[in-house]
Amino acid sequence: MRVVIAEDLALLRDGLIRLLEAHDFTVVAAVDNGPDLQAALTEHKPDVAVVDVRLPPTFTDEGLQAALGARAQVPGLPILVLSQHVEQLYARELLSDDTGAVGYLLKDRVLDIGQFIEAVRRVADGGTAMDPAVISQLLARQDQSGPLAQLTPREREVLAEMAEGRSNSAIAGRLYITEKAVSKHINNIFTKLDLPPSSDDSRRVLAVLAYLNGQ
Amino acid sequence: MANAPHHRAGPHHTGPLTTLAYLVLLISQNIATLLLLPLVIASAVLTLIWIGLPFIILTATLLRTLADTQRRTLGHILHQGRIPSVYRPVPPTGLVPRAGAIITDPATWKDLLWLVSTPASVSLILIPAAFLAHGTLHLLFTLNTLLHLIPAFPLYGFYTPTNLPQTLLPLLTGAILLYLAYITTPRAITLYIRFNRLLLSPTEKARLTARVAHLATSRANTIDTQAAEIRRIERDLHDGAQARLVALGMNLGMAENIVETDPETARTMLAEARETTRHALIELRDLVRGIHPPVLVERGLHGAVHALALTHHLPISVTIDLDGRPADPVESAAYFAIAELLTNTVKHSSATHAWIHINHGRNRLVITITDNGTGGADATPGSGLSGIRRRLDAFDGTMSVTSPPGGPTIVTLEIPCALSSPKTLPSSATV
Repeated sequence: MRVVIAEDLALLRDGLIRLLEAHDFTVVAAVDNGPDLQAALTEHKPDVAVVDVRLPPTFTDEGLQAALGARAQVPGLPILVLSQHVEQLYARELLSDDTGAVGYLLKDRVLDIGQFIEAVRRVADGGTAMDPAVISQLLARQDQSGPLAQLTPREREVLAEMAEGRSNSAIAGRLYITEKAVSKHINNIFTKLDLPPSSDDSRRVLAVLAYLNGQ
Repeated sequence: MANAPHHRAGPHHTGPLTTLAYLVLLISQNIATLLLLPLVIASAVLTLIWIGLPFIILTATLLRTLADTQRRTLGHILHQGRIPSVYRPVPPTGLVPRAGAIITDPATWKDLLWLVSTPASVSLILIPAAFLAHGTLHLLFTLNTLLHLIPAFPLYGFYTPTNLPQTLLPLLTGAILLYLAYITTPRAITLYIRFNRLLLSPTEKARLTARVAHLATSRANTIDTQAAEIRRIERDLHDGAQARLVALGMNLGMAENIVETDPETARTMLAEARETTRHALIELRDLVRGIHPPVLVERGLHGAVHALALTHHLPISVTIDLDGRPADPVESAAYFAIAELLTNTVKHSSATHAWIHINHGRNRLVITITDNGTGGADATPGSGLSGIRRRLDAFDGTMSVTSPPGGPTIVTLEIPCALSSPKTLPSSATV
C-alpha cells in the first residue's frame, strides 16, 4: 500500500516511516511542509496519507488545509490526520464532504501500534477513524433527554466504537461479545435514533457521525 | 439567529424631549447644590474653632455625591459616558487625616468653585426663559386688549394703549422677544453645559495622577497573575510530565536489564512504560491548552471561539464580525475570558442557549456573551467574574455584567486594540 507522510519533526517522521514500512506499507513520499504535501498528494495519489495538522511554513493548520484542499480536488482521497490536540471543529470539517476515507487521531494513538495500523488500513479502505476523545465529546454534548438517553449502556459502548469507525467484527472483539450481538445492538441503536438502516459499514458510520454532529 | 438578543456598540441617540428632561434634572441638581452653601460656610467658620472637622467631612461627602450625580447627568446629555470624578483617596479613619486629605485635594476646591458659580450658571439658562416669558406676555397682552378676555390692565403697570398702533406695538416687541428666545436657547444651553462640564471635569494633572495610580495597580496585578501562572506551570511540569519521564526511564532501564533473563516481566514493564508515556502526553496537552490553546495559534480568535463553542453541551450561537486579527496577547486574553464565562454559564446559569457576539468598533474589541439562564451572576470583588475583570485590566479592558435574578445574563467585554489587516468574512453559526 502506497502512503504519503507529512510530519515536520524529523524524529517523528522517521518513526512513522519505520513503523509503516514494517507493516507492509510503501512510503512514496515523506514531506515536512504544507506546499510539498499538496504537491505530493496530487502527484502520487497515494492509497493513504498520514498528515500532521501543524506544518511549516505558517505553523498553523497548514497540514489540515492541504488535506482538505487535496480532497476537494481528488474526492475521497484517504487521509489520516494526526495532531497533538483534537478539536470538534476540525473533525467536522474533515467529515463535511461526506465521502469517508478520513481519520483524525491524537498522536498519542501511535503508541498503540496495532490499533494505529488498523486505523491507517481502515482509512485506506474508505472507512473512518475518529479519535475516542472526539467521540466521547460528541456523545457528552448530546442532550441528556434526547434519543441518546434511551440507549442502554451497552448500546452506548457499541455506538462509541462504531462512531470511531470500527467494523462489526472489530467491535465484537473489543467488547468481548459475538458479532451477531453487535449487529443486534446496532439495529436497536438505529431504530432508537431514527436513522435509516444501511448495510454499508462506512455509510453507516458517516450517518452516525453526522447525527452526533447535529447536522 | 432570529431570537438572539442584539448588542451594538455605539452612541445611542436621544430625542429633544429626553435632552429637555435631563436639562431640567441638571438645573434641579444645581439648585439642590446651592442649598449646601450654608453648610459649607458653617463648616468653614466652625473649623476656625476646631469643631468643624466632622462638618467638613460631611459637607464634602454631600458635595461630592451631588457633583458625581451631575457628572452622570452631563454624561447622558453629552453621550460620552460619565465624566470621570477624580478625588484623592481619603483615609478610612481619623478625623484630622480625613479632613486634611479633603482640604488639600484640589478637586475639593474645584467643587467649591462649581458650587459658588451655580447662581451664575443657572441665571445663564434663565435668560432665554425670560425672553420666552416676556414675549408670550406681550402677545397675550395685545390679544387681551383686542378681545377683552379679562379686565384690562397696564402692561408692566404703566403701558396702557390708547389707539390701534399702540395696541399692536406689543405684537412687534413680543415677536422680537420670542425670536431672541429662539436664537439664545440653544446657545445658552450649550454654554450652560460647557460651563458645568469645565468645572466638573478633572484637571489634566488630576486625570494623569489617577491614570498613573491605575496603571501601577493593574501592572502589579498583571505581574502577580503572571508570576502565579508561571509557578503553576512549573509545579505541573515538576509533579507531572517530569516525574513521569523519570518513571519511564526507570522502567525502560529495568526492562533492558532483565529482557534476556525474564522476558515476561520485561514485557509488562514495557507496557507500563507505554502507559506512563500516554499519561505524560495527556498532562502536557492539558498544560499547553491552559498556556495557549493550539487552536488559537492555528485559527485565531475566530476559529478558536467556534471550536470552543463546540465543546460545550448547550447550543451556542457565535457571530463574529472582525476585519482582521487583534494582537496575540489580546486574542489570548479574550479567548480565556470567553472560555471562563462560558464555563460559568454552563455551571451556574441552567441556560439552554448562549450567544457570543464579537465585533470591533471605536478601536475596541467588543465581546458580548448572553445566556437565557437564571441570572444572578456575581461580579463583586473576590468572585470568579472579578478575576476576569482584573486580567482584562492589563489591557485597559472592561467588563460589565447585567444579570438580574431570573435572567438573562449579559456580559460585555471591551478591550481597546487595533486590528491587523487580513480580511475575514463575517460568520455566524449555531452549534
